[in-house]
Amino acid sequence: MSASITKQRLRQWLLPVIALASVCAYIAAVWMYDLKTVWLWTDLLVYVLIVSMAAFFSVAKRRAHLREPLQRIVENRTAMVCLVVLAGFMTIGVLDSVHFRLPSGGAGDHGKRYAPEVTSILDLLMAQQRVQMEKTYASPLSLWQYEKVTVEYPDGRHERVYPRLQFGGAHIAPGAAHRQDILRRVASGVGAGLMMGGLIALLALGYAMSRHAASAREVVSGVMRATGAIPWRAMWLTLFLLLIALGVVWALAGEYHVFGTDKVGKDVLYKSVKSIRTGLIIGTLTTLVMLPFAVFLGILAGYLRGWVDDVIQYLYTTLSSIPGVLLIAAAVLMLQAYIHTHPDLFPTEAERADLRLLFLCIILGITSWTGLCRLIRGETMKLCEADFLLAARAFGQHPVGIMLRHILPNVMHIVLISVVLDFSGLVLAEAVLSYVGVGVDPATNSWGNMINAARLEMAREPMVWWPLLSAFIFMFVLVLAANLFADVVRDAFDPRLKRR
Amino acid sequence: MLTYIVRRVLYAIPILIGVNLLTFTLFFVVNTPDDMARMHLGGKRVTPEMVQRWKAERGYDKPLIFNVQAAGVEKLTDTIFYKNSVRLFAFQFGSSDDGRDIVQDIKQRMLPSLAIAVPAFVFGLMVNISFALLLAFFRATYVDTVGTVLCVAMMSISGLFYIIAGQFLLSKLLRLVPISGYDTGWEALKFILLPIAIGVVSGIGSGARWYRTLFLEEMGKDYVRTARAKGLSEYLVLFRHVLKNGMIPILTGAVVVIPLLFMGALITESFFGIPGLGSYTIDAINSQDFAIVRAMVFLGSLLYILGLVMTDISYTLVDPRIRLQ
Repeated sequence: MSASITKQRLRQWLLPVIALASVCAYIAAVWMYDLKTVWLWTDLLVYVLIVSMAAFFSVAKRRAHLREPLQRIVENRTAMVCLVVLAGFMTIGVLDSVHFRLPSGGAGDHGKRYAPEVTSILDLLMAQQRVQMEKTYASPLSLWQYEKVTVEYPDGRHERVYPRLQFGGAHIAPGAAHRQDILRRVASGVGAGLMMGGLIALLALGYAMSRHAASAREVVSGVMRATGAIPWRAMWLTLFLLLIALGVVWALAGEYHVFGTDKVGKDVLYKSVKSIRTGLIIGTLTTLVMLPFAVFLGILAGYLRGWVDDVIQYLYTTLSSIPGVLLIAAAVLMLQAYIHTHPDLFPTEAERADLRLLFLCIILGITSWTGLCRLIRGETMKLCEADFLLAARAFGQHPVGIMLRHILPNVMHIVLISVVLDFSGLVLAEAVLSYVGVGVDPATNSWGNMINAARLEMAREPMVWWPLLSAFIFMFVLVLAANLFADVVRDAFDPRLKRR
Repeated sequence: MLTYIVRRVLYAIPILIGVNLLTFTLFFVVNTPDDMARMHLGGKRVTPEMVQRWKAERGYDKPLIFNVQAAGVEKLTDTIFYKNSVRLFAFQFGSSDDGRDIVQDIKQRMLPSLAIAVPAFVFGLMVNISFALLLAFFRATYVDTVGTVLCVAMMSISGLFYIIAGQFLLSKLLRLVPISGYDTGWEALKFILLPIAIGVVSGIGSGARWYRTLFLEEMGKDYVRTARAKGLSEYLVLFRHVLKNGMIPILTGAVVVIPLLFMGALITESFFGIPGLGSYTIDAINSQDFAIVRAMVFLGSLLYILGLVMTDISYTLVDPRIRLQ
């Protein structure tokens, strides 16, 4: 009896314990390897986002009006498959949001010395891709450079040849089988992916067996026949496919530039993966930054009416009547002028780029905030007519209490829907803004910057297509998954839609 | 009706003033003209004389809002605020950094913008409605599912990819149309075909999906059931009843963008090198020509507000149940 209760407790605390353990592990690593932690503004906001997401779910689990739609999402196959994909992106984004500076060896006058560049956990994982830079373009998996160079032979002859890459496929002897090597690596990558998936599956199996007190056979057959409410089979399939893709890329990336290199010889795979964080931050922080503002003003306008309503309506009509791109452009131009005239405020390049990213989020938030505010105002006005609110007023409850306890929880579903729906549009907007020249800092890795560069690359002869393709694949998968997921979330939370 | 329109137009004025104040704050208060001058002149070795000259050339050397030294009315009019913000209301946009008259430029560049934006808008509307009708006709079948997923997939592709892929396929591989450029008269046709096509295709995803839900909503209503009960064929129900009623939200929703067509498509125009207002804006942003950006912000919000007013009026025109309040 007591053993089963302990087990249940253990399961309940599993996720918090894992989270705590990873934080502890990170602190230990900082201490052991003598890292200098760097707190970027967007990093802090990412942590806030994670904590608030966790808080939301723990609250939602206990509230019937939120639990029911969540249940519908969990039981939807499309949504859960997309969630697995999004979770993969998010993991990379979080790994890329823990920044520090490595010790550069040797003590200076004022204690330890640290390397000037800011690194993240992801950078450590992809250290090879980060460091191994070629001279210029190289096509995916290629052994040869894109451009010819002049070679001078000892006998004084000159010749234009394609030189071998310094790192890409350097392990292959001249004349050896290049294709076989790739195939061998792909096969081993598939194997590694399957093994990784199998390991995770075994862990999950043990967990499921203890939770449902079922035999391994029952659990596996339940998943395989897709009998339960939750579409486990589809989720596992997606996970395995993702892991296989990861394994293949990993196996190939050991010796090759999987997606080629860019103009200055940077690995395109590394750039695309680093861009994930930029995309996720633009997609999520933009709404997070402006959320309190929009919710507060929306509820205030809808509840108080009168002149407060007029002022708030005037505010958001004015803001929304300026064409979004132009407002962003004007604001970012101003920011550029500010950075230019106050260089002392931004000590490192990373901090400057980070502040520009944050500022872009805020500006994007200002332009996209008005829609949410209008929706919440309308919903609040509708709620004010409801009986329970009349009762709360009749009991003499304080207006602040009414807004916090009765209105806020009842507009949360609108907030959730708009956060999820806005995400994909914002990721796409980043690309356009970077193209216009008012997006993220040119030094920041982003899909927009990659596409921007692709304009000139596509005009080259022979064409340099791989950076564009790489950006396209990553962006398309993320935005498609987000779009499909958002549809399900909207359908689940929108009370106007009939239950099927 | 007339009083309603007048009231709506009057209501737009405070909003325009707000936009104006906001841009003024952004351009002159947050960043002083000194900052702008230093950034524009670039480099570290900028002498105060150079800054002064730069400011004097553009009339930025005056006080912001109140000129103490001037006499009479000039106390208010001989300021940056009056010269650069208030005069926007009279469409006096001043001149750009290279000394050209902005109003003249805008007039000249309006036509190429419209030549692309209007056909793209009209054809886009037609294609979206037909596609949405097709999906609604085959609702809850295989065709509908595939079509909707296709729409979501098309929505998930950045507009930039459509342009790059279109240029690559049609111009570079098939050599059907030139990659970019513009010409006057009928010669322009071959240059604007591809931008129009891309404008239409990139809008299908979101447009058709949105219209599909509108049509489906319409199909759930009682009059459709009545029409079916009368024994009308599904085809007639769709075209005679659903299409007509579904057009109300579609058209009133489309009205708001009509004035903005003047502004042109930012990205498309600059990709295809079309000398319209969109590429004008982008060039101004890239060369940090604040006078043009200011003018375009003002023009854009003016057109947007015009669109809102037109939307409200069109609602009352199509749907007599809406009262004029």
